[in-house]
Amino acid sequence: MEIPYTVQARPDTGIYNAKVGIWLFLASEVMLFGGLFSAYVLLRVGADRWPHGWLDVRFGTLNTIILALSAITTLLAWAACKVGQFGKFKFFHACTLLLALSFLSVKMYEYHDKWIHYEITLADGTFADGHLVEKSADFDLAKKTGTVTLHGRIVNDENLLYDLRSQKDIKLDEVTVPAANIVKMENYGPWHNTFLAIYFTLTGLHALHILGGSIVIGYLWGPGSKMYKKKPEQFTNRIEVSGLFWHFVDLVWIFLFPVLYLT
Amino acid sequence: MSELKTTRAPSAGGTESHGHAVDLNNYIRTCAYVFAAVILATALMIWISFLPEHYTWALKVTLILAVACANAFVVAGFLMHLISEKKMIYTLLAFTVFFFAGLMGLTLYALQDFPTGTTH
Repeated sequence: MEIPYTVQARPDTGIYNAKVGIWLFLASEVMLFGGLFSAYVLLRVGADRWPHGWLDVRFGTLNTIILALSAITTLLAWAACKVGQFGKFKFFHACTLLLALSFLSVKMYEYHDKWIHYEITLADGTFADGHLVEKSADFDLAKKTGTVTLHGRIVNDENLLYDLRSQKDIKLDEVTVPAANIVKMENYGPWHNTFLAIYFTLTGLHALHILGGSIVIGYLWGPGSKMYKKKPEQFTNRIEVSGLFWHFVDLVWIFLFPVLYLT
Repeated sequence: MSELKTTRAPSAGGTESHGHAVDLNNYIRTCAYVFAAVILATALMIWISFLPEHYTWALKVTLILAVACANAFVVAGFLMHLISEKKMIYTLLAFTVFFFAGLMGLTLYALQDFPTGTTH
């Protein structure tokens, strides 16, 4: 069965069907992310305190540059297809794929950084905060045995851990804490507080979109590119549709970056 | 993305669209300008976020979001070709904007009517 209007514009819409489809899909995506941004606003305004400076702006900026570059290369891949330069298409699409994987690598590094970052409430009412260096072989929080070593600091007021931007020259050192002194020990996972919950939700969903887009781009760059020889126009339209999705993912990041890293 | 007009015929039977001709090199130049604009907007947002404390948080957020919106306009306008799209897509997006505005409008409307203390 021949699928209609994969290349030619449908008379009533003026565009081919896949393009209508991707725009309808993107419209639903706007509402999906819109709902989460709405949740962010409500959580933030309702919070007693909100962390500042917990995310490294340098990594956020790096990912912004990576994603902007990938948006350019995916557009150029489509343009190369359109003018019949298949070799250039291959090159630009490979660049997009590599940039997408770079974005995910940076994100994974940031996630790992949060995963090994611990806040420990101590029995004397102070707080140890920092990145895990090591746990002693006999460390057992339930049995209160062993020690844990962090690269960080000890503070008297937990609020000092929330606003890192206003503090200059924070001194970090190796801090060893006996398990017997620990009241609560928790890493900076999504369960730690509402900021991290919404941070992981928003960026996790966005990263899943990057991953999904990468799979599609990888397919169109690899086995899917065989279609170019038989149906170049339909293939070019596929590149356009996948490119529109990719630009949408870039658009979401344009708002995620300032909302999470800068404000 | 919309219609790129070709100056040479596609090697494997690609499209030859109506309209003005644009070569790939010119297109790369346009993309470079867009990339520069995105980088500039990003740098501007970072600079605003590090302004001294006598600039209020609300002012900083407003300015940063304004720059983010301009940045998004450049990406959507030029890379997604929304500045020269078909009426069908504009109609579809008009509905999206309406519902998105409603969603955010209701969020802002509800700001005085939700539980506080949501940080554990």
